[in-house]
This record gives sequence, C-alpha cells and structure tokens, in this order.
Amino acid sequence: MAELDALFHGFSIVMTWYNLGMMMIGLVLGVIIGVLPGLGGPNGVAILLPLTFGMSPTSAIIMLSCIYWGSLFAGAITSILFNIPGEASSVATTFDGYPLAQQGRAGEALTASFSGSFVGALVGVLLITFLAPLVSKFALRFGPPEFFAVFLLTFCSFVGTDKKTPFKTIISMMLGFGLSEIGMDNISGELRMTFGWAELLRGIDFLVVVIGLFGIGEILVSMEEGLAFEGKSGKINLKVVLETWRKLPRYWLTLARSTIIGCWMGITPGGATAASFMGYGIARRFSRNGNRFGTGELEGVIAPETAAHASGTAALLPMLALGIPGSATAAVLLGGLMIWGLQPGPLLFVEHKDFVWGLIASMYLGNIVGLILVMSTVPLFAAILRIRFAIIAPIIIVVCAIGAYSVHSAMLDVWFMLLFGVIGYVLKKLQYPLAPLVLALVLGDRMEDAFRQSMLGPGTGLHVFWGNPLVGTITTLALVMLAWPLLALAWRLLFRFVRAGRRSPG
Amino acid sequence: MEREETERRETAAGAATGPARGLSYSAMDAVVGAAVVLVGIVMMVDNHRIGADWGDDGPQTGYFPFHIGAILCIAGVAVVLKAFLGADRIHSSFVTWDRFRLVLAVLVPTTLFVLAMQFLGIYVAAVLFIAAFMRVLGRTSWLKTLSVSVGVSAVLFWMFEVQFKVPLPKGPLEALLGY
Repeated sequence: MAELDALFHGFSIVMTWYNLGMMMIGLVLGVIIGVLPGLGGPNGVAILLPLTFGMSPTSAIIMLSCIYWGSLFAGAITSILFNIPGEASSVATTFDGYPLAQQGRAGEALTASFSGSFVGALVGVLLITFLAPLVSKFALRFGPPEFFAVFLLTFCSFVGTDKKTPFKTIISMMLGFGLSEIGMDNISGELRMTFGWAELLRGIDFLVVVIGLFGIGEILVSMEEGLAFEGKSGKINLKVVLETWRKLPRYWLTLARSTIIGCWMGITPGGATAASFMGYGIARRFSRNGNRFGTGELEGVIAPETAAHASGTAALLPMLALGIPGSATAAVLLGGLMIWGLQPGPLLFVEHKDFVWGLIASMYLGNIVGLILVMSTVPLFAAILRIRFAIIAPIIIVVCAIGAYSVHSAMLDVWFMLLFGVIGYVLKKLQYPLAPLVLALVLGDRMEDAFRQSMLGPGTGLHVFWGNPLVGTITTLALVMLAWPLLALAWRLLFRFVRAGRRSPG
Repeated sequence: MEREETERRETAAGAATGPARGLSYSAMDAVVGAAVVLVGIVMMVDNHRIGADWGDDGPQTGYFPFHIGAILCIAGVAVVLKAFLGADRIHSSFVTWDRFRLVLAVLVPTTLFVLAMQFLGIYVAAVLFIAAFMRVLGRTSWLKTLSVSVGVSAVLFWMFEVQFKVPLPKGPLEALLGY
C-alpha cells in the first residue's frame, strides 16, 4: 500500500517539536476564532495567512489547517451554549443544541457534537488518504447540471421538512437568493439590483448577513428576557462524556449518513455550511424522532456537526488533487498554496510528498488533539462568557462590528450588519426560519451559475436535468421532497378557505 | 366581520391588564408579508428592465431574480392572507412596550456606536460604547468601567493594528498619535 508508506512518512514530518507546536497554536487560535461570532474559518485563515509567510509551507499549512479544525470544533460551543453560531457551519447546531442546553444537558450536547465532528473528520481524512486519485476522476464527471441538481436537492429537502410554515421558509430562501444576486453578475457582467449604488457592486457578503442576523439579531431577541444574557452551564465532566459516548452507537445510522453527506458535499463543492444543513434536514426527514427535532434531540446535534466536519475535511481533497476548493476556507488555503509556489494537482503528490503527506498526517493528529482540547476547555471558555452582561454584550457587539468591517474593509458592511440585526429580530419573532436564508445567500450565486452554465448554447432547456441517470435521480428526488408537503398544504388551505367563505355572511 | 372586530378589541383589552401594550402578532405578520410583496415587486420591476426572458443562449441576466421576485410576491400574499384569514391567528401582542424598551436599550446605543465608528474610528467608539453600556445599563463603578473599556479597546488595538495588521477604521485620535 503505497499510501500507507507515504502516510508514515508524513507522520515523521509532523512529529517535530516545531510542527507540533504550530499544530497546538493553530488549534487554540482556531477555537478562539470559532467561538467569536464574526471571525470565522475562512476569515480567520485569511487574516492569519500573511503571518505565515516566514515559515516553511508545510508548517504553515499545518497551522492554518489546524486553525480550521479548531474553529469547526468550537463553532458548536457558542451554538449550544448561547444560541449564537460561532461559524456559519454551526448554525444548524443551534436548532437542537441550544434547547438541549436549556434543559441542562449541555454537556451531552457538547460531547455529542465534538464526537460526531471527530468521527466525521476522521472519515474525511481516511477518504483523502486512500481515495484521492479515484475521487478526483469521478468529480471530473460532475458538470453544471449535476451541481445544480445537488443544490436543488438541498433546498427542497429543507422546504419539504418544514410542516409548519412552508411559505415562510420559501420567503426566507427567496430573500437569501435575492440578496445573493445583488451586484455584478458573474456571467454577463451586468449590474443587478444595485439601484445606482456603486458600493453594492460586490454584493452583500453572507458573512455580514450572518453576523447581523445571528449576532446582533440574537442579542436583540434575548434582550426581551431582560438583561440576562446568560449562557447555559457547559460543564463537561468525565461521567457525562462516558455516558454520552455510550449512547452514541445508537445513532450509528445518523453518523454514517451525515458522514457520507459531508464527504460528498466536501468533495463536490458544497461546503461545510450546506453540508450541515443538508445533514440536519435529511436526518430530520428520515429519523424516527424527526418530529422532535428542534426541541433538543441529540441526533439533531450529531447530524449537522458530523456532516460539517466531514465536509470541511473532505473539501481539501479536490483542493489538493485538482486545485478546486471544496469550501470557502479551502479556497483561502488554495490561495496560500499558490503564494508559496506549490501547484495543486497530481504533481503535488509526487513532487512535494513532504508537504502533502505532512498535511494529511497532521489532520489525523490535529483531529485527536483538537477533540481533547475542546472537551477540556469548554468550561473555561463558558466561564469567561459568564461575565456580567453589561460588560460582555458591548464587547461582543464591538467584535461583531470588527468582523463585519474586516470582510471587505467597508463601513457600509457594518451598517448592513445593523440592518440585518433588526431584520433578524423581526423575522425570528415572526417565526421565519433563518437557516434557508443563509443557505440561499451562500449558495445562490453558485446555484445560478450552475443553472445558466447548464443552459448555455442553443437547444437546451430544462430537459438537461434528466440528461443522464445521475442527474435525473437527484433532480427527481429533489422535486419529490418539495412537492409532497406543498400539495398537502395547498389542499388544506383551499379546503379551509372554501369552508370559511361558506361560514361568514359575506 | 363585526363579531371579529369585537373579538379583537376584547382580546386587546384583556391583554392590556398590566402594563402590556403593543401591536398584535398577526398585524405584524401581515405588515411583514406586505413588505415581502413590495420587495418582490421591486425585484420584478428592476429585473424586467435588464431583461428577464429566455434569450438566444440561455436565460437573460434578469431571469433568475425576476422569478425570485415573483415567488416572493406569491408567498408574501399567502402570508398576508394567512394573517388575515387563517384560523390560527395570534391576537397577543408582537412585542409589549416594556420588552421593546429593553430591545431599544441595546439597539439605540449600538446604532450610535456604528455612527461613532464612522467618524471617530472603531477604537475610540468602542471605548465610549462599552463605557456607556457598563455605566448606564450595568451601573458599574467608574473605575471598573474605565479600566475595562479602555483596556479592551487597547487589547483590540494591539491585536488588530499591531499584530494582525488588519486595518480597521481609525479616527482623528489615532491620526494625532501617528497611526
């Protein structure tokens, strides 16, 4: 097994004091970044990339990728304890994580989420180790129609599983799509919906929207409860850990499913955020306890976190093998590679063995060390966040503002953050699900590009989405998930409308 | 119709025991739904201008946003209808004045902070913001207030300006100090 040999070679590279040190620094920084709202994985890596120019590329990417793992792990901490997602990829974790914390089961939720993340990431790394050549060949067959079909499936499974307010879900999604289309159009270069404002040329960044909706908006909503911005207690002691671990094998199907979803979304550029939502949506659809999701189901925490981690890890595969980043952070890392003069692709595996296998080996180690690190430091961090509200709230708002500003060095973004904070407050209170908005915002551009690229050239039409078995299957699945509940709802509404019309004297 | 009017007034009166006043949930629902319809119309109009048809080589630029606007209109109308005619209307208030005051207690200072950020730079604005919050809403002592607000701002300055070299908006004070 040539790969195992190479892997052991990689371990020998990582096991130097310097590289191990870089790993630890990366993990700690990653946890801090992951926990703070506004400083996310891609953001954090982008900010710290210039700091690594003095180091050797191998050490640099070990540190940067550990920052990414740290932030992936840690995003769940604030999601569960404070209902504020530290990362876009941990938004889905708040759905069941926070209710669990409210019930006093934060320790369980945290352990489950970290363990799920660990499993997801581990499988992701194993995938990279053994399947790099095979997978790159398959991913080459994915054309725009296939991409569009996968995106469609993600969204439809979201609408399909929302029995209460499908229209509000649709509105949420459409708002997200609409927002994603503001600015310059990729394909034609024309400006859309900028209304003459030059500053809207680059559109509205999803990071700014997320910080506004989930950072400021959440603070505003929780203000109604009074000046008590208390996170729930996040004590993890060994007993809770072992108990939760004993429960985990029950969820093996969820773990397996989410891991597959995550790896899939990582390899075919979908991203950790989309993966986490898809994992959650599909778990809710197919689980026995599906209708209890949102009230504190452990499965509802495992599903998104496992998927997000698997995806985040697997996203490195196409980046290394093909030069196609599978996620935003992978894209930033790719930029780093090019700055260091390393060309991604099959040649990378041959000419720069040290680099690639050092990185892969560090992923194994980083995963294990990261797990231990987060499990032991959660109470420490939770204690820090329990400082008096009047002190902590303005500091968080300041950091949010920094986060919003630093995306594009634009003051306008900070105002947008505020605007979306208010919008988030109103929408949350009216029970509009915000997750579809974020998802649509993140994927809107790519989804539209995939659609239009599928349609390029004369003689094409919607039939291209059933052009081959792969695409056809995915598209049909998507439509099925979408249509069924909508039809049921339309029928009910019509019935009720007719009945009401017959009742009132008019 | 008359029966429903009385019903609504009664519920409002019932809810108005104690210091509870505010607009009703369903009313707000309808307002937001109407706003969504408005957004949808704006989207459709603006994208119709750029061209929202199926051109020679695929959809035109405005195709997607136009249809999204259309879907928004339809869904928005559905929400408004549901708010007015739905069987499960919620008559309780969207937010009572008490609670809204608390929300404003965060929103207004934050808005002022962002405004200050624009003119004074983020570090000075942060000092003022944190200090005001701690002093007015938390009733913290002057010593603690000043040490925390200035301290946090200084740490942030060191982190972002010196260490990370991430440019954040700075104002006249920093200009004086040579940054």
